[in-house]
Amino acid sequence: MSPTTDLDVREGVDRETVETVANMGSYKYGWDTEIEMEYAPKGINEDIVRLISQRNEEPEWMLDWRLKAFRRWQQMSLPKWAMLDIPEIDFQDQYYYARPKSMAEKPKSLDEVDPKLLATYEKLGIPLKEQMILAGVEGAEETPADARKVAVDAVFDSVSVGTTFKAELAKAGIIFCPISEAIREHPELVQKYLGSVVPQGDNFYSALNSAVFSDGSFVYIPPGVRSPMELSTYFRINAENTGQFERTLIIADKGSYVSYLEGCTAPKRDTAQLHAAVVEIVILEDAEVKYSTVQNWFPGDEDGKGGIYNFVTKRADCREDRAKVMWTQVETGSAITWKYPSCILRGDESQGEFYSIAIANNRQQADTGTKMLHLGKNTRSRIVSKGISAGRAQNTYRGRVAIHPKATHSRNYTQCDSLLIGDKCGAHTVPYIEVKNASSRVEHEATTSKVDDDQLFYCRQRGIGEEEAIALIVNGFAKEVLQALPMEFAMEAQSLVAISLEGSVG
Amino acid sequence: MLKINNLHAKLEDEDKQILKGVTLEVPAGEVHAIMGPNGSGKSTTSYVLSGRDGYEVTEGSATLNGQDLLEMEPEERAAAGLFLAFQYPVEIPGVGNMTFLRTAANAQRKARGEDELSAGEFLKLVREKAKTLNIDAEMLKRPVNVGFSGGEKKRNEILQMALLEPKMCVLDETDSGLDVDAMRLVADGVNALRSPDRAFLVITHYQRLLDHIQPDVVHIMADGRIVKTGGPDLALEVEKNGYADILAEVG
Ligand SMILES: Nc1ncnc2c1ncn2[C@@H]1O[C@H](COP(=O)(O)OP(=O)(O)OP(=O)(O)O)[C@@H](O)[C@H]1O
Ligand SMILES: [Mg+2]
Repeated sequence: MSPTTDLDVREGVDRETVETVANMGSYKYGWDTEIEMEYAPKGINEDIVRLISQRNEEPEWMLDWRLKAFRRWQQMSLPKWAMLDIPEIDFQDQYYYARPKSMAEKPKSLDEVDPKLLATYEKLGIPLKEQMILAGVEGAEETPADARKVAVDAVFDSVSVGTTFKAELAKAGIIFCPISEAIREHPELVQKYLGSVVPQGDNFYSALNSAVFSDGSFVYIPPGVRSPMELSTYFRINAENTGQFERTLIIADKGSYVSYLEGCTAPKRDTAQLHAAVVEIVILEDAEVKYSTVQNWFPGDEDGKGGIYNFVTKRADCREDRAKVMWTQVETGSAITWKYPSCILRGDESQGEFYSIAIANNRQQADTGTKMLHLGKNTRSRIVSKGISAGRAQNTYRGRVAIHPKATHSRNYTQCDSLLIGDKCGAHTVPYIEVKNASSRVEHEATTSKVDDDQLFYCRQRGIGEEEAIALIVNGFAKEVLQALPMEFAMEAQSLVAISLEGSVG
Repeated sequence: MLKINNLHAKLEDEDKQILKGVTLEVPAGEVHAIMGPNGSGKSTTSYVLSGRDGYEVTEGSATLNGQDLLEMEPEERAAAGLFLAFQYPVEIPGVGNMTFLRTAANAQRKARGEDELSAGEFLKLVREKAKTLNIDAEMLKRPVNVGFSGGEKKRNEILQMALLEPKMCVLDETDSGLDVDAMRLVADGVNALRSPDRAFLVITHYQRLLDHIQPDVVHIMADGRIVKTGGPDLALEVEKNGYADILAEVG
């Protein structure tokens, strides 16, 4: 590719941002879908856990696993160490299971599918053919695939409503399905790996998730296989007062590769909603996983009313030599974010990377970062964190780099930049560094800056309006992370950056 | 084109009066130069015209083709055709020069109700203009002004001017720090844009630039006022004798 065509492409991306900003309202995904839902009674107890297990037609071992987690959870208390001001959450005032009624029986054609469900997919930007597949229309999978090769699994409230490109992926030996299905169809894989990266009792929320998760995505890439397309999951919380507890399990067998995308939206609601997901990634010898998230849960309104409380445990285990993982996250939504995608670098020469953009505007609170646990020799990790605070928001980067005695000749590089817009917001950097051998090296760089008045004026003198100028400057600030995203996601992320900062000036 | 009348401005958070009655008119098609000692208010005049924060206009007016500049937001002034080549161009890390230029060009077009340029059209236009200013493709890809040499920054300002095709161009010491060849390129860039419906206000300390860009009128600014106005000869006089005589003459 010549340098000029290259240039042209990047231009296209930026133009997109600008147009999107001009055309969008403040929270684009804030619609509510009136779909008839089936709920389990409010609250949580052993019966609810049993009901979820029964609805998913789970085998006995799974129910036992859940009950064990539930009993564990009852003994645990909420973590308090994060720099977050979390209102009291009444765990008995939540629904733990909800699913669209229309999913009870498989529709024969699109006509039989609840049109509201289809409208939802359309708003999510999912192509029609994939909508059919997602809606579970019989035979839809046999029709030829669209040009856009992204396999999608959509999780609507508690239930995975469909997965696209399953057959094509199966040809390559890849399993991509709802985890509820994997529990039934691939029990040997699930039993072997579930909870092996994030143990049930890892923390309060992982225990809760282990007890009540109702669905999520499951991925298995067999040895030596490069996934022919990107795999993607859309999570959407729609029902009111419903917590979403999805569980994702990805296993990359020896020498395999997959790029996985996760997108999230939720309607605008006055009351806060709980989201406590667990993502586990197991990476074997020479395998590589890229996991990208664009998190756009409803952040609450300007005064901090409503929004998603996002308590997520994400962890990748580079279990064997030369395994590689790359987390990229763009966190623009949620009222509260508590999230630390982590890497266990167990295999020798394994590598972990973490690229993050966290934006907090209005009254949002974000406490996010990563953990890099170096256990193997010659392990490498890299952390690039870009925190942006505006309005009255508080944004904390919390990172832990631990290099164990046996992890000789290991290296970490951390770059942690904060950008402030206005003077009522805050940015905090909390690094914990432990290096337990002499041959390893850790580098940490941190900067805090403000959107500079001179930069803003320079842009405005050239005719660029204030909000657009801020979006431009912020996208420039976060560029290293945006570039780590797959192209399609990068575009969405750029416009999200702009949208989530609307109203942050003046 | 540009009419400044008895313009007074002070610092917003300090009781310091900087402009003390600037009066100046630049008709379309003309090039005017402003010279004057350091700290006399030349840059401040350009900032107040373009609407930078930090200054408060206490008296007087400034209009561009009859439009009241002082009532407009900075970006509106830009869309109305006012361009300022900065004395100290600002760096914007991470934002590609090309992206910046295109965002600016399209924002102005949009504000004026014109169609936006397509990626292809824009690329062609930039390449063409960049070539005449001897700016290579590499510099277009780099973040705005980041790591540019002093001279490169100034040439980049002229590139922006050439692309945005403003009506009223204010150049604040664009010649400072330029080598002889770069000065030529900048002057050629300005001369190429000279037209009957465009005007220039060139702030400079040196006759050198004015050798290449023949001004129609030269103003001398001192202590926040235009104290003398004359033809091109006035610049030669300053070059030869400095400001002492002129300042003594006007008291
Ligand atoms: N933001 C500010 N804060 C304090 N003083 C200021 C500020 N802006 C301008 N001034 C003062 O106003 C006066 C005029 O400054 P200005 O930059 O306009 O001068 P100039 O004619 O452009 O000088 P030079 O030839 O050195 O560029 C100077 O005394 C300067 O120190
Ligand atoms: Mg000056």
